[in-house]
Formats: sequence, structure tokens, C-alpha cells
Amino acid sequence: MGKYILKRLLQCVVILFFVALVIYAIMRCLPTSYVESIARQRASLPGSKSYTEWLEQLNAVYGLDVGIVRGFFKWLKSAVVLDFGDSWYFNIPVLDKFKSVIWYSFVLGAVSFFLEIIIAIPLGIISAVKQYSKIDYAVTVFALIGISLPTFFFATLLKLIFSIKLGWFDLYGIVGRYYDQLSLGGKFLDMAKHYVLPTVTIVIVSIGSTMRYTRTNMLEVLNSDYIRTARAKGVPERKVISYHAFRNTLIPIVTIIGGSLPGLFSGALITETLFQIPGIGWVSYQAMVGGDIPFSMFYMIFIAVLTLVGTLLADILYAVVDPRVRVG
Amino acid sequence: MSKSELNNNNTQQTEEVIALDDERRVKVLSPSMLVFKRFIRNKLAIVGTVFIVAMFIFSFIGGLISPYGEAEVFRHYEEMYKDYAAAKHNETYYFTEDANHKVPNPSVFNFKFVGAKTSGKTEFTVDEDKFTLEELGEKTYAIYSSTGDLVTVASTYFFDTAVEDFDVTLDFRFAAQKAIADKEESFTVGGNKYFVKTNEEENNIICNADSKELVFISDYIVNSAYNDIKLSFEEKSAIKEAIESGAETYEFDGNTFKIEKGMYETKIKGITKAYVNLSYASPSKEHWLGTDANGMDILTRLMYGGRVSLMIGFIVVIVETVLGVILGGISGYFGGVVDNIIMRIVDIFNCIPSTPLIIILGAMMDAMQIDPQIRMIYLMLILGFLGWPGVARLVRGQILSLREQEFMTATEATGISVSRRIFKHLVPNVIPQLIVICTMGLGGVILTESTLSFLGLGVKFPFASWGNIINAVSNVFVMTNYWFVWIPAGFCILITVLGFNFIGDGLRDAFDPKMKR
Repeated sequence: MGKYILKRLLQCVVILFFVALVIYAIMRCLPTSYVESIARQRASLPGSKSYTEWLEQLNAVYGLDVGIVRGFFKWLKSAVVLDFGDSWYFNIPVLDKFKSVIWYSFVLGAVSFFLEIIIAIPLGIISAVKQYSKIDYAVTVFALIGISLPTFFFATLLKLIFSIKLGWFDLYGIVGRYYDQLSLGGKFLDMAKHYVLPTVTIVIVSIGSTMRYTRTNMLEVLNSDYIRTARAKGVPERKVISYHAFRNTLIPIVTIIGGSLPGLFSGALITETLFQIPGIGWVSYQAMVGGDIPFSMFYMIFIAVLTLVGTLLADILYAVVDPRVRVG
Repeated sequence: MSKSELNNNNTQQTEEVIALDDERRVKVLSPSMLVFKRFIRNKLAIVGTVFIVAMFIFSFIGGLISPYGEAEVFRHYEEMYKDYAAAKHNETYYFTEDANHKVPNPSVFNFKFVGAKTSGKTEFTVDEDKFTLEELGEKTYAIYSSTGDLVTVASTYFFDTAVEDFDVTLDFRFAAQKAIADKEESFTVGGNKYFVKTNEEENNIICNADSKELVFISDYIVNSAYNDIKLSFEEKSAIKEAIESGAETYEFDGNTFKIEKGMYETKIKGITKAYVNLSYASPSKEHWLGTDANGMDILTRLMYGGRVSLMIGFIVVIVETVLGVILGGISGYFGGVVDNIIMRIVDIFNCIPSTPLIIILGAMMDAMQIDPQIRMIYLMLILGFLGWPGVARLVRGQILSLREQEFMTATEATGISVSRRIFKHLVPNVIPQLIVICTMGLGGVILTESTLSFLGLGVKFPFASWGNIINAVSNVFVMTNYWFVWIPAGFCILITVLGFNFIGDGLRDAFDPKMKR
């Protein structure tokens, strides 16, 4: 097992190296006039450095005057010691900005992920057990509608209904107008209230795939021989479902849940942007649209690492949960 | 599709026993017929098909039927209130001056005069010269110097001249004010006789002997907002009357004016007609879903937007399928080093976060100001190029298992060329899964495209796309008040993507030979 993990880790490092190279190459292939215009724009901001200074800094930091390969290794050299440079858009070190916003995203991700699981898994199992019943159709339609809903449209609908028509929630932001005057408990409640709509958006939009996945797996398990054997032995149907089938369904589900744990940190780009939750998603959206290469570069590498860790985690979990799977 | 091979074998065996024209012959269905039968038995799949067909008709045929163009701007005359005049009740004293009579040191003079008037004194001093004042009438004073000469007349009333070449001299003013105060009907200045009249609004008008109106007296200042328009007596008195009666509008000369009371002055606004874009018109007979910010018909934009979204969806899916099938096929068939290299490339592509990358490329295209049409082509290529690894992985997995089967050994034995073996014998067996993944992929691509267009980074104006129609909600006022601008577009996206997902789901079940029904 240890050897397998080590091998996979090495593989991940190699993949990450190439991913970084590809992203870096794309960034470098952006026409230089773009970088220049950003420099000009930055220089025109009050209290900023002059245009030539910015351009020099850009060239120095990114080695834009040297070739792509050399520039990449220069970037890599500082990146391996976790030095991602200064963000141009926010004018502070990339990592400082990251540290200040990541927990907003994590809370949003964790709460919605938790809700998603406790809603999706039971519904998926019910719809599989009662295949082709009305409940199954309802769950299927609900899941597919969730998958098909454009996030931005659903979020806007929620805003229209709950923020504007009913006035229950604020349109934007993470805290209310009187946040600073509230007590500690009040502050918590205020922030929680601002999380409601974004959480609902994420849960509804992403619940569908988990639900379908659970249903498919449960159906597969229900069609397997040992379930037929159990039924033939006269095991009560309730026990067949809850004991024999459910436990086996959990294998792939635990695997994908484990695999999506790192994703809790990746932030919800569209939802955060729409609700102006100052998490990593919104911040990196601002950075990307503002042409902030150091931050965008960092964000993309961060997401790539999370994807790799997620896949690795899923594979390891699969071996841990299912004794039939042998690693190597 | 190993099952379909099996089915064929079974059919051949039965055919040996039962002749083709035998009455008892079991009705034989081809595998594709079976799939079709299973598909149409799935209610959701049928609903999805109806959705998609409806969206196609709406987008491609609707665009032809619609009498309007994609970027046709509707304009209309809109009544707008524009400043016409300003009126104010005058409380400040003005001094009458003419060529022969000037007020000495005016600001000090004014200050001293007001001081003397309010404290009830009849004398004041300016630069050691003494002046006396005498009340001539309501808010009107005559001011004499120490020698007894008339210096000026101070009054809050104005003498508006109606005739171009008529000058109000100090003597005239004094005589007129005196006549009004004494309620005389006429007075004489410089040998000319003048008459005092009172009009309906109780303003005094001074006429000459031919009863031609010369001067209009009022304590209302009414100034035209335009230099070249001079308001007539009648108009001014009409304005005064309307303001004093507290009316909100008044009519003069067939035009309606609006009165807006302000803190210091009252604004008179005239209605002018302006030819403007028909923005945010509510749904009506001409525009079933109203018009958008640019005055374009929303229903027509939705139709053209549908064309763009569906076309982008199909082209992207075709691009990614072609790439995926070629690379996945090669990888699965040859295995070994080639497989390893291609699969590592797939891994790398899987790791590259596509949404941020597309957003960055979109922002870059914004900065470069790429032509919207070329931009659309770039968008399709980028989305297609980022989407192929999923297809490649699926094709490879299927081919890995298929190439070990007997029919592949047979193709090898008959000496069929490698490319034919891959693309004629292996790939067709992957097509069911491919169709399912493509149908689902279509929905996904439409979602991605609309999200990008919503963020302003995808399809750009003047081209319509469902996403960029919804973009209007970034203005909260539009979101709140003009539902017809963005809600229909949202439902178009939802219905189309849902349709593709229903069909994909139905197809997956239909292709699955283990399906019970």
C-alpha cells in the first residue's frame, strides 16, 4: 500500500509539472500587448508605480524577456517554496490574499456538501428501490432539472424571489449593514443568513449527479446475485435493502465522497461571484478578469492539485473500503 | 455490444429450424429496432425529444418566420419633459437705473437701503451722502438724494417691456408706480400719455395712447430656458396663475406644460417628442416578449440566440468527439507506449481547470477586441479542445475490452488494414456509449457557453445568445422590473439542456441490454 501511494504521488508530481508547464505556456502566449495594457492600467491607478516600472517588474517577475522554458523554471523555483509572487489586482502577496479568503469558500463548500449528501443518498436509494414508480420519476426529474439548471439563472431567480419580492435575504455580500454593531452570536447568525441563498443554489445545482450516481449503483447492487440469494433465503425485504444492498452501495459512494473532499476548497466561482461571497472563487474571478497573472496562475495550480489529490484519495479509499480491490 | 453479436447468432440458429416464410416465425427485431422500442417506451425520453424538437423549430424555423431581424433596433417617439422656463416669486429689491441716473456704489447702497427699510428709518448714508426714502406703493420705494433729486426707484416688481425699442426710464418708472399707487388710470411722462390697465390676473399693464401694451408689471420672474424664445405677457401671466392656483399642468397655445415646484424656483417643463430606442417595452402585440435595453425584440433574439447556442453545442461536441475517438481509438488499439503517452496527456487535460482557463481566454479576447464572429469560432475550438479527454477515455476503455474478442481476431486473419479495423470494426461498437455521452455533453456545452456569455466572456453583442440575454440582470433594476427580459431566456436554456439530458438518460437505458423493460 505504501509503495502504491508513493508511486501514485510521484505520478501526480509529474502530471502537476506538465499541467503547470501547459498553463504557464498559455499564460505566456497571451499577447504581450495585453500585459502592457495591464501595466498601463495599473500605472494609471492612483498611488501606483509608473508604466515602465510595472512593465519592468512584470518582465522581471515572469521572466517575460527570457524564453518560455527558462521563464517556467524561474517560476517553478519560487513556486516550490510556496512563493507565488504578488497579486497585481489586490496588490498583496498571493498567499496572503488566499489565506484571507479560503475559509469563506470552505464553509460554503462544506455546508452545501453535507446537505447534498444527506439529501441525495436517501433519495437516490429510494428511487432505485422503487424503480419506475412515481417517486422514482419525481426524483429523476428533480435530479435532471438540478443538473440542467444554469447556476446563474437559478441564483438570479432565488434573488428575485427571496431577496426582492419577499425581502428575506440581502442581495449581495457576506455580512449585513449593521454587522459591526452585533454581538458575537448576532454576527454568526448574520453571516449564516447570508450563506443561505448561495448554499441553496449550490445544493440544488449539484445534488443531481450524486443522486443519479447513488441510484445507478444501488440498481446495480440490487441486480446482483447475492441480493437474489438473500431474497431466496427469505431475508425480509427491509433487511435486504438496508443491510445487504445499502452497505455494498456505500463502496462507490464513499469513494466519490472522499474524492470530492479536496474540492471543498476549490470555491464556487459562479455562485460566489453572483452573491459576492468573498471566497476564493469570487476573488480569483476578479483576478482573472483583471488580468492578474500571478493570482490566476496560483489558482489554476491550486485547483489542479486539488483534482489530483481528489483522484488519489478516491483510489486509495476504494482499496481501503473494498477488500476485493488489490492495489499495485 | 457483445450482446448484439449474440443476438445475431441466436437468430441464425432459429432460422435453421423455422423457414423465413413460416407463419409461426417469431418476429425478429434488429438490435437498433430494439433500442428504438425501448427508447420510445421511456416517457422522460419522449418528453426530452419533444423539448429538443420544439427548441429546434423555435430557433431555426422561428427565426425565419419572425418578421424582425436579430439586431433590428426599434425606435419610437417618446414624450420627454424638457426645461421650458423657470418662474420665481421675487423678494429682492432692484434699483431702476437709466442713462442719466446711476446708483452710486450699488452694493453698499443696497445694503444700506435694506437696512434702513427693515428698521423703518427713512434715511441712510452712503459714502457720506444722505439719502431719503419714500414709500411709493407696495414693496416700492422712491429714493431721493440730500438735494431732493430722485435717485432711483427700488422695487420687487419688474417692468417687462413688450416692445423692443421701449426703454423704461427712471422718470417713467416713477410716474408709473405713482399712478398705480394712487390708482390713477393714466399718467404723462415726457409729453406722452400712458394708461394703466389691469388684466385678469390682476397684473398691471401699461399701454400707450394707441392702447398698445408696452410694459407688464409683475413680481414674478419668468425666464425662458432658451435664449431665443421670449415669453409673451399672456404666457407669463398664465404661468403665474397656474403656479398660484397650485395646478400641476397648464395649457397654453395648445401645448401642455408641467409645473415642478422646487425649493427656490418653479420649473416649467414643456413636452418635447424625442426619437429614442424602444427600451424595455412591455410585452405587446408587436413584441410578444417586449424589447431589451437596445430596443430589440426579445422573442426574435431568443430565436437567434437558440441558433447560436445549439450550433455552438453541436460543433463543440463534434470537435471533441472526433478528437476523442481518434486519440482514444489509437490509444486503446495499440496500447503500450502510445497508450501511455496519450493517457498521460488525458490526465494532464483532466487536471487543467477548464472554467478558469476559459474565463482567462475570454478576458484576453476582450482585451484584444477580437471581432465577435471570429470570437465565436475561437470559443467553439477552445471548448472542443478542452472536452476531448472524456471521450478519449471512454473510447479507449471500450476498445481495450473489444479488441480481445474473436471478431477482432477474425479481422486480423482476413488481413484488414489497421485503420479499417479501428474505425470500421471497433469504433462502431462504441457508438452507443458515444451517443449517450455526446447527448449529455451537448447539454453541458450549452450550459458552459451560456455561463460564459452571461459573464460577458462568451458570445458577444450583436450576436444573441441565451446567456448574454440574461446578462441584463447584472442591472438590479432590470432584474426586478423587467422579468420578460431574462426569465424566458433562462427557461430556454433549462428546457434545452433538460431535453438533452432526458434523451441521453433514455438512450443509456435503451442501449443497456440488461434493461428489464
